[in-house]
Amino acid sequence: MINDESIKKSLVSVRNIKKYFPVGGGLISKAKSYVHAVDDVSLDIYTGQTLGVVGESGCGKTTMGRLVLKLLNKTAGEIYFKGEDIYKYNKQQAKHFRTKAQLIFQDSFSSFDSRNKIGKIVGEPLVVHNVAKGQELEDRVAGLLRTVGLKPELMDEYPYTLAAGQKQCVGVARSIALYPEFIVADEPISALDVSVRAMMLNLLKDLQKSHNLTYMFISHDIRVVRWLSSHIAIMYVGKLVEYAETPEVFAHRLHPYTEALLTAVPIEDPTLRHIKCEILLGEVPSPVDPPPGCRFAPRCFLANERCFKEDPQLEERRPGHWVACFEDFEGQAEIS
Amino acid sequence: MGMGKYILQRLAFTILVVLVISILVFVLTRVVGNPVDILLPLTATTEQRELLTKQLGLDRPMIQQLGDFLKSAATLDFGDSWTQRRPSMEVIFDYLPISALLILCAMAIAVLVAFPLGIIAAYKRGSLLDRFLTVLSLVGICMPPFWIGLMLMFFFAVKLGWLPTSGIGTWKHFILPAVTISFRPMGNLAQIVRYEMTQQLGEMYAITARAKGVREINLLRKHALKNIMTSSITMIGNDYCKQLGGLSAAVEVVYGFPGFGHLIKETIQSMDYPLLQAEVFFTAVIVCLINLIVDILYAAFDPRIRY
Amino acid sequence: MAKKNTIKNTAKKKVTLWKRFRNNKAALIACIVLIVLLTMIFAASVFTSYNVNTSDLRARLSPPGTPGRAGNSNHILGTDQLGRDLFARLLYGGRASLRVGFTVTVIGAIIGIVLGLSAGYFGGWTDMIIMRLVDIWSSAPTLLIAMTVVMIMGPGEGNLIIALSIASWTLFCRMARSQALVMRNSPMVESGHAIGVSTPQIMSKHVAPNILSPLVTTFVIETAHFINAEANLSFLGFGVQPPDTSWGLILGEGRKYLVQAPWIVIYPGLVIGITVLCLNLIGDWIRDEFDPLAVKH
Repeated sequence: MINDESIKKSLVSVRNIKKYFPVGGGLISKAKSYVHAVDDVSLDIYTGQTLGVVGESGCGKTTMGRLVLKLLNKTAGEIYFKGEDIYKYNKQQAKHFRTKAQLIFQDSFSSFDSRNKIGKIVGEPLVVHNVAKGQELEDRVAGLLRTVGLKPELMDEYPYTLAAGQKQCVGVARSIALYPEFIVADEPISALDVSVRAMMLNLLKDLQKSHNLTYMFISHDIRVVRWLSSHIAIMYVGKLVEYAETPEVFAHRLHPYTEALLTAVPIEDPTLRHIKCEILLGEVPSPVDPPPGCRFAPRCFLANERCFKEDPQLEERRPGHWVACFEDFEGQAEIS
Repeated sequence: MGMGKYILQRLAFTILVVLVISILVFVLTRVVGNPVDILLPLTATTEQRELLTKQLGLDRPMIQQLGDFLKSAATLDFGDSWTQRRPSMEVIFDYLPISALLILCAMAIAVLVAFPLGIIAAYKRGSLLDRFLTVLSLVGICMPPFWIGLMLMFFFAVKLGWLPTSGIGTWKHFILPAVTISFRPMGNLAQIVRYEMTQQLGEMYAITARAKGVREINLLRKHALKNIMTSSITMIGNDYCKQLGGLSAAVEVVYGFPGFGHLIKETIQSMDYPLLQAEVFFTAVIVCLINLIVDILYAAFDPRIRY
Repeated sequence: MAKKNTIKNTAKKKVTLWKRFRNNKAALIACIVLIVLLTMIFAASVFTSYNVNTSDLRARLSPPGTPGRAGNSNHILGTDQLGRDLFARLLYGGRASLRVGFTVTVIGAIIGIVLGLSAGYFGGWTDMIIMRLVDIWSSAPTLLIAMTVVMIMGPGEGNLIIALSIASWTLFCRMARSQALVMRNSPMVESGHAIGVSTPQIMSKHVAPNILSPLVTTFVIETAHFINAEANLSFLGFGVQPPDTSWGLILGEGRKYLVQAPWIVIYPGLVIGITVLCLNLIGDWIRDEFDPLAVKH
């Protein structure tokens, strides 16, 4: 139910958001073309739930995450947080919003000022918003480190002394320092070794329970998203192509791209591997000034003439299940 | 982008550079300095001054002077040199080739010494030779070249009498100036070669430890060579430009070598504007051409680079 | 308890920094030599009783160690063609050399950093114009132009500084721009925004300290470079003029006496070389020590 009503009920609502980046634009001319990084996306995220945003690299999912946190300027559309448009906030509201919505980076280490010690990095949000200082600040930082499963003594170390998983935990501690309600996690585990990924995911899940967090979980790996998310949004070259609750998406795959993505998950049975090759043919189209029509059409095995001319709009095909496709498709392949 | 288009682009840029620099020097010399004061003795009368001003065309409006200058410069005519009383182009062609050759010799010496030295030093780190390389690099990089020149002259020409102290004539006259100029590029090159070789050797040992075979080691050697070549070419090109653009002047003065650097110094000190303009023009052109050659060589050594 | 821990650890960190510095023998020696040299140059009158320009024609071209006349101290490094004490001239001349090298680099750094940061921060037109300018300037024979400027304005320390500053800004401009670009797109800055740090605070607390160390390194090494450039131009007669003196000028005047009195040439060159070497070693040390990524590998 993506409508005006749901803006009030949900924690975060995205309405027809667009973000175009200019490209080229030389000495004399203005930018001739634009990258349509996010193109007319609408969705809702409800309190305490997790929206998984899935897509191949370059599909605009990271841009989407930045827009929702107002870390980028939008081109068009609205984003509501608790029913209020975050792009219409005044200065005070904007500062307050920064305490309520946070970001977890793919590579937290690169987001740290590596000249600072871990204690300072984790405590910085508290200092910036005048929440705590002195002994109280140290206690809060120690508590945060304990929460993410690190020893408080680490606060006097520099981040480069830590292992990758620990660095990521420090990033998480920094993000939850202000007790936010909403966190965008941008590929939080893809830079980690397989061995520590599960630990990280469990940490995020535990924090969600204990802090009543709402996540927007961005990933290219639909398996991870399935395990963590209550809802899934699938993006393709700036467009939202399918959006529903997780079990619904897996039970009824209404967009051919979703079907392709799901079957692209490594399949144990070697006899079934050919499916992937069969479905995802062709190249990912460039998001620079895309042609009219469905963006998936050039790779789609169902594509007909109409798909190349018109752009399919998101519509509710099954209750709570939104899809942007002209064809009445439903995936048939076996998914474990 | 094709190579042809790239070269065209670079040529356009060269023209821009030459134009900007020429106009800059032209305006600078006409606005701030007055050559009449330098060309005539202090005792000259007002009439004499006015006459010379008229002869040199300095009484006309600046824009007109500049226009005339650019028009004739387009045909490579910079006018007669005021001090040598013959076409500036002629003077340039008397001095430029000999310096170009001298600096080329210097670069050749630098390469011939630095490459083997750097490679051996990389294989035998900490050895006597390695230390010698460090000292040589430090001397080359830190000591003023003209001082090195004076020292070499003192020992090899004055004390030992092996080589002539100054002047020009035989190939022997080239040795000391060329060696002197070679010190700085030699120091830099030796360090580049040693560094790249050390990096690659480290990887080679890692691979040998994994026993992956001779082929990959050869591959790495090639890789090291490619890295060395690309960084050396850039360095040599840059240094060649700087030397020809006046850096060699001090060394040429030390050895009384009648080269381009020497000429630049004399020209500026005597405020010989037509000759100065010609020198500015030629150095700018040469710098751009050398940069172009460096880019092309770069592409030859690193096939990934396409223009 | 936790607080005590912090203090102890900070102390420990400082100790290790000092230890690393001490272990880097070359940098340590360079620092000591440079400090001694600077002290001697700026407190020259304490170290020598001679004046820069007091000539004593009867004592001309005396070799190093010649006893001074009329109860004066020894000529430690000998005298020059006018019988002036070389040691005193080196100390006083060093002031001009260091002044030129330092001032030229400061001017270049200010101009270059302002232009480079604007280019990186504003991008587009501003970036385009500034970087074209840098490209053109890098292809220009700057030494030739510097000599011309000195000659037109009249040789002397002030004009030499102006002329050399023509060449000293491009490197800083390129560096500042690339740093600004890196920082503009860095997750560190984004992370600061995400937790609500204001842009000026991000700039002063995070960006500035991180770009400081490469800039300081460049500054130190460029100072060395321009001390050499001063020597080069003064040697050719385009720089400091008598009765003032500088290391380059001492060499320029003394080179004619190379055969009779080689010390007039040997010592000034050595002093220049040692100063430049020390600055280079210190520059390298700063780069290695304060680059947060280079050290830790």
